[in-house]
Amino acid sequence: MDDVMLNQFLLLSAILFSTGVYGVLAKKNAILVLMSIELILNAVNINLVAFGAHNGTIVGSVFALFVIAVAAAEVGVGLAIVLLIYRNRRSVDLDDVAQMKG
Amino acid sequence: MVLAADAFAQNVFFYVIAAAMAFSAIRVVTVKNVVHAAMYLVMVLAGVGAQFILLASEFVAATQVLVYIGAVVVLVLFGVMLTRAKLGQDVNLTNDYWWLGAVAAVMIFGVMAYSLLDYYGDEPLDTAGAESQLVDNTGQVSDAIFGQYLVPFEIISVLLLGALVGAIVLARKD
Amino acid sequence: MFAAETVEAGFFLEHAYLIPLIMAASFGLTLAIGKRLGKHASWIGIASIGACFLFAIVANVQWADYVHDTEHAAEAKSDTDDHGSEDTSDDGHGDEDESNSEDESHGDDEEHSIGPVLPDDVGPTVDGETAAARAPPVEAAAPAVPAAEGEEIEIVPITKTWTWWTNGTVEFEAGMLLDGMAVMMLFVVTLISLLVHIFSTDYVAGDRRYTHYFAFLSLFSASMLGFVMAQNTLQLITMWELVGVCSFALIGHWWEEKPNSDAALKAFLTNRVGDVGLLVGMITLFFAAGQTFDIIEINTLANEGAITHTALVVASCCLIAAVMSKSGQFMLHTWLPDAMAGPTPVSALIHAATMVVAGVFMVARMYGVFWNGLVIGGSSINFLAVVGGVTVLGGAGLAFVQSDIKKVLAYSTISQLGYMVMALGVGAWTAALFHLFTHAFFKAGLFLGAGSVAHSVHSFDMKKDMGGMKQFMPKTYVTFMICTGALIGIFPLAGFWSKDEILAGADQLGSGYSAFMVVGTLGAFMTAAYMTRLIYLTFFGEFRGGHHEADAVVSHGEEDHPVDEDHAADPLDHADHSDHHGEPHESGPRILIPLYILATLAVVAGFTNIPDSGVLSWVPEGLALQFEHLFEPRGGYFPSLSEVGPTGVTFAHPKFDIAIAIGSSLVGFAGIGLAYAWYFKGMGPHGITERSKIAKAGHTFLVEKYYLDHLYTGIIAGGVKGPIAKAVNWFNKKGLDGIVDGAGKSAVVGGKFVYNTLDQKIVDRAVDGSGLAAEGGGQAFRQMQTGKVQQYAAILFIASVVLAGTFIIVI
Repeated sequence: MDDVMLNQFLLLSAILFSTGVYGVLAKKNAILVLMSIELILNAVNINLVAFGAHNGTIVGSVFALFVIAVAAAEVGVGLAIVLLIYRNRRSVDLDDVAQMKG
Repeated sequence: MVLAADAFAQNVFFYVIAAAMAFSAIRVVTVKNVVHAAMYLVMVLAGVGAQFILLASEFVAATQVLVYIGAVVVLVLFGVMLTRAKLGQDVNLTNDYWWLGAVAAVMIFGVMAYSLLDYYGDEPLDTAGAESQLVDNTGQVSDAIFGQYLVPFEIISVLLLGALVGAIVLARKD
Repeated sequence: MFAAETVEAGFFLEHAYLIPLIMAASFGLTLAIGKRLGKHASWIGIASIGACFLFAIVANVQWADYVHDTEHAAEAKSDTDDHGSEDTSDDGHGDEDESNSEDESHGDDEEHSIGPVLPDDVGPTVDGETAAARAPPVEAAAPAVPAAEGEEIEIVPITKTWTWWTNGTVEFEAGMLLDGMAVMMLFVVTLISLLVHIFSTDYVAGDRRYTHYFAFLSLFSASMLGFVMAQNTLQLITMWELVGVCSFALIGHWWEEKPNSDAALKAFLTNRVGDVGLLVGMITLFFAAGQTFDIIEINTLANEGAITHTALVVASCCLIAAVMSKSGQFMLHTWLPDAMAGPTPVSALIHAATMVVAGVFMVARMYGVFWNGLVIGGSSINFLAVVGGVTVLGGAGLAFVQSDIKKVLAYSTISQLGYMVMALGVGAWTAALFHLFTHAFFKAGLFLGAGSVAHSVHSFDMKKDMGGMKQFMPKTYVTFMICTGALIGIFPLAGFWSKDEILAGADQLGSGYSAFMVVGTLGAFMTAAYMTRLIYLTFFGEFRGGHHEADAVVSHGEEDHPVDEDHAADPLDHADHSDHHGEPHESGPRILIPLYILATLAVVAGFTNIPDSGVLSWVPEGLALQFEHLFEPRGGYFPSLSEVGPTGVTFAHPKFDIAIAIGSSLVGFAGIGLAYAWYFKGMGPHGITERSKIAKAGHTFLVEKYYLDHLYTGIIAGGVKGPIAKAVNWFNKKGLDGIVDGAGKSAVVGGKFVYNTLDQKIVDRAVDGSGLAAEGGGQAFRQMQTGKVQQYAAILFIASVVLAGTFIIVI
């Protein structure tokens, strides 16, 4: 514990990422899926900033900011879609939206 | 590094926050109530902000708190309310093939952890010379965004506008 | 051999790449503003294709000049060369003049008109040798003997390339390769496309997707024109796929009806099967030829024997798969008749000038590869010829039982494409391309004629709705008869010359290849018979249709849609209505004029390659074999006429053989006569399919199209879902086990040992395991189709993680 390692951050980010993936794949509720996507994006942000600090460059932070902006847009549109689905089907259960079956 | 002088304290902070984050993240995807899940998500997002401060990126940390906790989570809560999720227990939030997702998640974590440990090992975060360049983080970020990355910045603002319009079009009743 | 760079190519040749660009622009323009123009939207397409047609004509004229100039220059050069060598001086006058003039033209030709490039480019040399050294490197590689009598004079193709991007040392280029065959195709494609455009303005008038139709017609032409000018294999593949996409869009033009969209899908998917072959073949060639996409370079290397024979065999076999799907060769032809669901002008375009000839053209383009890979002309019969030969007969056989006029023509096209592929397979390159050339005209004429008839009776069913059309549509009838004559090969119509050349080509190789001459002759017989049947059912006898007009709902606006007319309309009505209302009528000028033009060409096109040997030796040299003279490539990238290639075979031209000509004509007339007696006179054992079991079985076999569709959809596609897995398992358990058991029991001690250890433990388990795995796989795949996105995503994630993990562990 006498030195800060890069891997600390990367592994934390990996945990967040995997949890997010699990949420996206296993959750029925569309809003929970959106939250899980936020987890994934945050994992990415941690990576970006950590690598930026590692390389002594500001670019990581800049890109993290961009990702945050894109995530905000994504949540807005995503929630709008969820609302639309809810309005049409009275449910946000993704198992009900299984229309990909040929 | 702002706190690099005291690596031990920094590590203590890191592990405490990281443990809370991991716990909260897992709760987000396992808890049986959507509103609770949103609250745990706030914990995770705040933790990420704290990690940003540990990484000496205070501007990103501030943005994280403002945008995520201030806006995104509130949006999500609005979504929860508008879709009338029950405020009590929501029994079946998980689908029947969750094990498939669990397998995928564990495998992804395994591969990532293996390759990270294999490649970076004990490499310190703070490589030589990196420290001095990150003083005045906010100033540098603004220089970069409004200088070198001006065009992406503008494009992102247009994207936000588009998302705004799109969200309104999608969500309004008519 | 001589430098051709001394000859200036005309402006229109140099800038022929503008032709596909014009059509592409027309596509964009039609899409952009077509809706606003309403029914005038077609004018964009017609104006563009008309401009392209003029462009192509001028390019053809300039190409003829270019060929002649090259030859004159070479002759003049050869004189001075001889002179110079006699004088043995280091710088003869002639040489110096020559090199000076070359210097200039070479200078401005250099950046675009690159001959096949070899690594050791020409450097400065001793003064006297400048002229020789200026010759394109390929010729430098070839033995530089002075022009003997009959020595081929190289015609350097006109090329232009732009580097698209560079990856490492590999340059991805876009460009134009214009040689005889490309120029010829420019003419054919633009002409047919122009006529189809004009025809369509009447045929699809008032269609709900009028602009969409013309836009895709433009893109179709653009991609085909780009295809024939492709300079590298990458471009070839791109354009090939674009042609496929356009055909998909046009076949499914009326996609609201299920059969139409099914047909479009079938065409697309069947073509994908072959496209895999195309990709694999081209990639093989790319690596075998030292990482180049350049078509000329690949062909040159193949001709020089610089590519290993194995690579060439693999590549050409893969490419044949592509030809089989695109050009409707037997086994993968099933999409072609179904593609008749598209509008008739589109069928004409697909069958005459674009889609289906792409496969044939590709073989012709990569002929160096096929020639050397398959050892065409060698002692053994090659795959390409077999595919073609089977297709000739298979397609012709199916044409007999169709009642849909367009389907008869579709099978006829399959059969004729078989001729072309067979000709390429027996080494008669010029004959194949010549047949492609003539076939384009008369087949387009037949399709448009059929469209004209169908436009009038609102149906394609010959048995139900046609008959006696001769009196209603005399003009269509005449053009249709001419085109039919050309297809059958009646002297002196176009088909006679080209088909005869193919037969002569098959004959000249002798040995096993003579079989293909027999196949071709038999095909001619069948062609004559089924075309007579078609003519009888359509134009002669009693008019059987008319009931469609009875329901007055059929307004002009719906005439665009003859396929889905309601066949169940009340047949009783027609008696009193048909006289004054429902009578078929001759089509308008916009339909007839293309027919006239095509019929004229079906008469005269054959004379472009009239032979001057044998009994025709009186034909003046300036007229004879012009097609071969102008359009056959001459150069290092094409099998050489004079030199023996790496396979030990020399490319040769078939000689006109009066016996074959008369023989095949007689056979054709026999076919006509037989069909005439059968259909017109009612002679012969009619109803034999009812009485004789064998005949009935044969008839059913044909009606069911050799059961190929059942094979594909029922057995192959259905098999994945389980049955085949079960069958394999059963076979393993009962069949293989039994064999293994028997082998083990009959063995003595040593055998028993082997049985116990090897067979039982290893072979059996592997065999059983594979059966179970197949069954399990079939079941698992079926269950995986849940339609739930998250499950798909989970599988995607797992698969990519496994892939990533494998990479991490391996690297």
